[in-house]
Amino acid sequence: MAHSTSLGRNAALFAVFLLGIWASASGLTGQITAYWADITYLSRQHLVLVGASGGAAIAVGVPVGVWLSRPSMERRAEPLMQVFNIGTTIPTLAVIALSMSLLGIGFPPAFFGLFVASLLPIVRNTYAGLLAVPAHLKEAATGMGMTSAQILWRVEIPNALYVIFSGVRTVLAINVGTTPLAFLIGGGGLGELIFTGIALMDTGMLLAGALPTALLAIMVDFLMGQAQLRLIPKGVNPLR
Amino acid sequence: MIQLEDLTKTFDTPNGNVVAAEKVNMEVPTGEICILLGPSGCGKTTALKMINRLIPPTSGSIYLNGEDTGKLNDIELRRKIGYVIQQIGLFPNMTIEENISVVPKLLGWDMKRARTRAAELLDLVGLDPYQFLKRYPKELSGGQQQRVGVIRALAADPPVMLMDEPFGAIDPINREIIQDEFLKMQAELKKTIMFVSHDIDEAVKMGDKIAIFRAGKIEQYDSPDKILAHPANPFVADFVGTDRTLKRLRLVTAEDVVDAQAPVAARAMKVSDLREQLTVSGSRIAIVIGSDHRPEGFVTADEIAGASGKVSDFEHPLPAKVPVRADLRAVVSEMFANDTMWLACTDDNGRYAGVVTQPAVTAALRATYAGAAGGSA
Repeated sequence: MAHSTSLGRNAALFAVFLLGIWASASGLTGQITAYWADITYLSRQHLVLVGASGGAAIAVGVPVGVWLSRPSMERRAEPLMQVFNIGTTIPTLAVIALSMSLLGIGFPPAFFGLFVASLLPIVRNTYAGLLAVPAHLKEAATGMGMTSAQILWRVEIPNALYVIFSGVRTVLAINVGTTPLAFLIGGGGLGELIFTGIALMDTGMLLAGALPTALLAIMVDFLMGQAQLRLIPKGVNPLR
Repeated sequence: MIQLEDLTKTFDTPNGNVVAAEKVNMEVPTGEICILLGPSGCGKTTALKMINRLIPPTSGSIYLNGEDTGKLNDIELRRKIGYVIQQIGLFPNMTIEENISVVPKLLGWDMKRARTRAAELLDLVGLDPYQFLKRYPKELSGGQQQRVGVIRALAADPPVMLMDEPFGAIDPINREIIQDEFLKMQAELKKTIMFVSHDIDEAVKMGDKIAIFRAGKIEQYDSPDKILAHPANPFVADFVGTDRTLKRLRLVTAEDVVDAQAPVAARAMKVSDLREQLTVSGSRIAIVIGSDHRPEGFVTADEIAGASGKVSDFEHPLPAKVPVRADLRAVVSEMFANDTMWLACTDDNGRYAGVVTQPAVTAALRATYAGAAGGSA
């Protein structure tokens, strides 16, 4: 087995090597690096959008998920989650278009559209994660004399953390890939190179936007994966 | 002491009121284990959970050591009561030390005191503190987890403990071991314990008293022996089973029925002397004692009748021996296995302690039947 995996890895490395030769021979690397200044500037803008909208979605989504999972919300939570589920089916492009018609163009509508698109999965994962905490743990905690706040902080959230974190991780990686749409309503980001490249049929410009976007998505996912591995307590972390 | 007075719980359901517990009255004396026993849905768990108000009572009162718990708030009350559940309920996000220290920390103990206490308790159930304090629950076996579940309830040294089928999820072999450990612990700690079970054998083994529930009411509240010997009504008789007399065998140890005066003989003794002794005592056999006062063989009165010589010439090896601490179930089982009417008993050091005979066993069982008036059995 080890032999065949190392063979596969060597083949993949060789393919990348060939791709690199072809890219530089065809002058594509030169075409891409020509946009280096744009790439660094727009990447920063891109990350600001991802960070702001993702951060705001976490800051709002987690508490909302917690709130929906409280026993007092038991009857209303499911209908509300259905509303959220329907919301999730609206394409992100449509959400961004709608937020432009409300907030005009520029950073605010882009931020708002991405925030809404990221919010729903976080709420859903938080809610589902908290409901999945076994009832006997809550019973033991109650029987030992914990207050409901102590049960939430010491038992429910730690035991739901892995599921909540998985939601955040997926949302942020998808958010990086969705953010290029922000360019369409004047929000900036790497979409500027991608869409302009498409319009001008300029492959170099298009790739100068698309490749960094893909790299950023992989990087965000990797960092969140590492955080998930290291930050979540050992007892409830299936990764270790 | 736990006292329940007219404790009642009714649930409102779309089909009208359902009574889960109706005017339950009982008293568990300090230091005793009371088993709440019954089929599922009989109200035993409801009665238990009303004591720490996981289920709020509809009416009635509960006194713990004479104090009316109605005056305490839920949180205060629960921190005074140890609680063990069937699913164990160790928090997977916390280490064993953190799990055991939950209640001490809620009560504001400092870290050092809580840690010392956790180590001390692990020691008590035979788990090495250095090895286990820093582990997570998922790294423990089921039996180890259940032990930790019990000592977690003991952490703040509550006078009262509630246990909801605490050993229900463990395999039979480990269950026996943990039950024995728990009884040994209880002999020292003397907690007042309410214990829910649906297993009559467990109830007989663990309980000082047993309360049998049906449809929210107590059918009988008595010592295990009384319940097995004199079931109050057909329901109880049916619940404890047709083999209830055999179950009572577990309640008596060989020590209680052993005949310590049964004749013994040394190997060098003359047969004629032994014959005289046997005639006087009316015994059919004598146990041959070897070195260090260990029972090693036996001679029968029939074989030495009219014979001469030494005891060793007539000695047969012993079919079996039982420790004097064994319960009568083990004794009778050993008798049946060896097709014998009697067994020699040994004390903790393997020395001779007397003879148990089948007539003595049945006499012990009969004593309870004769003792109570109006015994229906």
